[in-house]
Amino acid sequence: MNNKPKIGVYVCHCGINIAKTVDVDAVTEFASHLPNVKVARNYSYMCSDPGQLLIREDIKKEGLNRVVVASCSPRMHELTFRKTLAETGLNPYYLEMANIREQCSWVHEDRDRATSKAKKLVASAVSKVRLLEPLQEKEVDVEPATLIIGGGIAGIQAALDIAEAGFKVYLVEKTPSIGGRMSQLDKTFPTLDCSACILTPKMVDVAGHPNIELFTYSQVEDVSGYVGNFDVKVRRKARYVDMDKCTGCGACAQECRLAGRIPNDFDAGIGKRGAIYLPFPQAVPAKYTIDSTRCLFLTRGKCGKSPKCVDACAAGAINFEQKDEIVEFKVGAIIVATGFDVFDASRKPEYGYNDYENVITALELERLVSASGPTGGNIVIGTGDNAFVPKEVAFISCVGSRDKSVGNEYCSRVCCMYTAKLAHLVKEKLPEANVRVYYMDVRAFGKGFEEFYDRVRREGVRYIRGNPSEVFKRGDKLVIKAENTLTSTPLEDEVDLVVLAVGLEPRKDAREIIDLLRLSQSADRFYLEAHPKLAPVNTATDGVFLAGVAQGPKDIPDTVAQAKGAASSALVLLSSGKVKIGAQISSVNEATCRGCGFCVEICPYGAIELVTVNRMGHPVSVARVNEALCKGCGACAAGCLSGSIQQKSFMDRQILPQIAALGGMR
Amino acid sequence: MNTELQSFIEKYDLLGCIQCGRCTGGCPVTVRTNLNVRRFVYDSIDQDALDELAKLPEIWDCTACNTCAVRCPKGLKPVEVLIGLRNILVEGGAVQPTVRDALESVFREGNPWDKPRATRSDWMQGLEVKIAEPGERVENLIFVCCTIAYDPKVQVTAKNLVKILNKSGVDYGFIGDSETCCSSEVHNLGEEGLFEMMIEDNTELLNSYDAARLVTISPHCYSTFKNQYPGLKAEVIHYTHLLKEILEENKLELNGEFPQKIVYHDPCFLGKQNDVFDEPRYILGRIPGAEVVEFDRSRERSLCCEGGGGKMWVESESRLERLAEMRVKDAKALGASILAVACPFCVLTLDDALKAKGFEEEMRVAELLEIIGELV
Repeated sequence: MNNKPKIGVYVCHCGINIAKTVDVDAVTEFASHLPNVKVARNYSYMCSDPGQLLIREDIKKEGLNRVVVASCSPRMHELTFRKTLAETGLNPYYLEMANIREQCSWVHEDRDRATSKAKKLVASAVSKVRLLEPLQEKEVDVEPATLIIGGGIAGIQAALDIAEAGFKVYLVEKTPSIGGRMSQLDKTFPTLDCSACILTPKMVDVAGHPNIELFTYSQVEDVSGYVGNFDVKVRRKARYVDMDKCTGCGACAQECRLAGRIPNDFDAGIGKRGAIYLPFPQAVPAKYTIDSTRCLFLTRGKCGKSPKCVDACAAGAINFEQKDEIVEFKVGAIIVATGFDVFDASRKPEYGYNDYENVITALELERLVSASGPTGGNIVIGTGDNAFVPKEVAFISCVGSRDKSVGNEYCSRVCCMYTAKLAHLVKEKLPEANVRVYYMDVRAFGKGFEEFYDRVRREGVRYIRGNPSEVFKRGDKLVIKAENTLTSTPLEDEVDLVVLAVGLEPRKDAREIIDLLRLSQSADRFYLEAHPKLAPVNTATDGVFLAGVAQGPKDIPDTVAQAKGAASSALVLLSSGKVKIGAQISSVNEATCRGCGFCVEICPYGAIELVTVNRMGHPVSVARVNEALCKGCGACAAGCLSGSIQQKSFMDRQILPQIAALGGMR
Repeated sequence: MNTELQSFIEKYDLLGCIQCGRCTGGCPVTVRTNLNVRRFVYDSIDQDALDELAKLPEIWDCTACNTCAVRCPKGLKPVEVLIGLRNILVEGGAVQPTVRDALESVFREGNPWDKPRATRSDWMQGLEVKIAEPGERVENLIFVCCTIAYDPKVQVTAKNLVKILNKSGVDYGFIGDSETCCSSEVHNLGEEGLFEMMIEDNTELLNSYDAARLVTISPHCYSTFKNQYPGLKAEVIHYTHLLKEILEENKLELNGEFPQKIVYHDPCFLGKQNDVFDEPRYILGRIPGAEVVEFDRSRERSLCCEGGGGKMWVESESRLERLAEMRVKDAKALGASILAVACPFCVLTLDDALKAKGFEEEMRVAELLEIIGELV
């Protein structure tokens, strides 16, 4: 076959993005004289339909077999132009892009020098494109199942959507029940829906869905494989209760010797539970769990004469011999919906959270106002003789958000509105109370938010602009030291209850999932999406998607929307049944490979292994690339001491002339 | 575009301010003066206003306690804006005579108290004090502080430290007459040029010793050396670090009983500014027979005594109750017989307040070194 290069060069104006700084006519003229260049043209928007048509027609009429597009970053439009080539029947990997926008026109001001640089970039691309080889994309089958990590509203919604579409879901939740943060809330802003009323039906649906396999009190231990074919290992922790036998009657919890003595995480530590417990009445599954770190029998080997829970359980469900169980399965896609931690208020010691029982967090107030909470929905602070109903109530906004001093520069996006909601609920339950909100900005950006903020103010909640600096005690009152910044008045406000509007933070153990799935973090430490605008639920790891606050602070509507987005992304993969794997991957010249294994160590994806081959009657060890795992990062090729491992389209003999054309070497 | 404006805005990152009000909200002197530091951050963006802003008397009410900077969510240092405004006055020669004299005294004699350099070590008379030699190895190079060296009311702290060091057998050396003001207050009074010169001279002097650690007695020297002297070779510590170490390693025996109720006041330059909260409390905990109680406003929420920020040389116009007076009242309400501190400025201001309130019968102010010194 006659494969003498016939190159077409297409210089894009990108409106004025390129043309303002680079003389595109001069670059085109220059390109037309480069070796093997048959056609050189420029056009206002190469990526537009007419722009692409230009290329397609030249390929047909002029018999082009190589194309250089001098425009933007290949991250932007490499795929676009590959398709253009493929539509004419040309192998799409006969394309090379010269980035004269991000790497030239956008970063330079001098037109002459920018034009000269653009010429070099084009010459460099032309040098390389001549040497490119045709590549074939491969497809692999997709395992028609999804792993969802995290059983909050994000995980629940994604699970239901995927299961409804007819695909298998494995939903793994760390705590004994699904429901997550939303189940801890009393009402939701701005509509004041009862959180449990709208969430519980979904939790029940999850438990009953034939396509959903639920793992509560479980953790993902290991994930290997690649998009479409992940191997997953889950540890189902021993609950010391036989799930099949437990009827959820609760007789065990009543009898537990530690009943009412262990702070219940679900109640933000205000309510107390025993060592055997159900975190909350609507828990799914409605099965009891023994806290092995607290249970007397499990920690000391002795609980009176015999454990009272065993005696109380008519179903004989208690089983102290139960062991952790490892379950393995395969999935094609993974959704990470691990949620958040609330900011630890003791990290702002100036607010006295550790010092005063009437300085509480918003989540604690949430449990206090909840009918299913430890006080039955009554706002009572303290216990016993010291218990009191507050009359002067103050909220402090932005605790742990927008605050460099604690390393959280971001806005947590929910606190303004949950503060308004809680202020409303306090007013509703304690009409005599004076409620004020100290704020620095009120961000009521969502649907119905501004209207709700208006309503709450008109109900008599006083908004005072100024973020307090300190809380201390005077007599039996708490003093908030602040400034009303609208009147420039420093003030000391005496109150009975301070509610800290704590922000959202990445989970303390966020690292575990990062290591498991090779995710990245953004500067705010939440998981990083593949693109902030165009790929907000994807990650850098193909087949792994994000949903909910794990990706960044958001409210329930946004979380549900993103969960549906993640579910649909997973479904695209599952329903097509096939996944393309990259063609620009590494390959090994087994004849020269010395089997040193350096590339095996370098590869961040575990895609290379050493195998034994027969070389003229001698068994020798050589590197071999798993094409499904290879991401084409090129680390192995850069590291290989003998040049035996090369990345397709980036082989030494292809990129060295490319570099030489830049003037870097002869 | 005026470059001076650029530098004021950039130097203090004024455009980073979101006007949240935490600085003024936390400022301890707002209860008794007109100072509103947030307004100064806001108004200083207008370059033409700087000269007029500098003339406002409240810029001298700032005690440089640093609460505004600690609380700022955006990492600004509002206190430095006030010091920048003071600098405008200093450059124009428009400061009060007391400030001028203090600054001149630092320049001439190496201390702000108008005392001859030659008498800096007079407090050592009658004591067995090891003096360090430049170039020779010394574990702990002790930096006394001008106020402690010259003011008879606080000299006892240095004297007791000598006693403690000799008894405990740790390797140490004092600097002697060549010791020169750390210039914390030079900076706070706004004399930036002199401060830079002093940093240069002091760095050269202190680096001439082969010292592992530079131990300061005053938290003001500690904070300044630690945070504003980038070129020091020795690790900078406060004496409470050293004393805790000595007590932990049982190198010092505390004899007798000290049957007192002690409340400890956190000095801003030690606590709020450098997070040294636990060392002084450890030392207090080792005092035999003492009962230690806490202020409600302690540690990160401690109240300033108004001793820093150049307040030793500038009298506030306010006639309202001083913060130091509130502090001694709180101490009395707790039933404390000893108001303990770890800072010479706190000793002076709190002792004045105690006398003003007439509490001398039931309470006294004591530096930790004073108490420990009585027990060795």
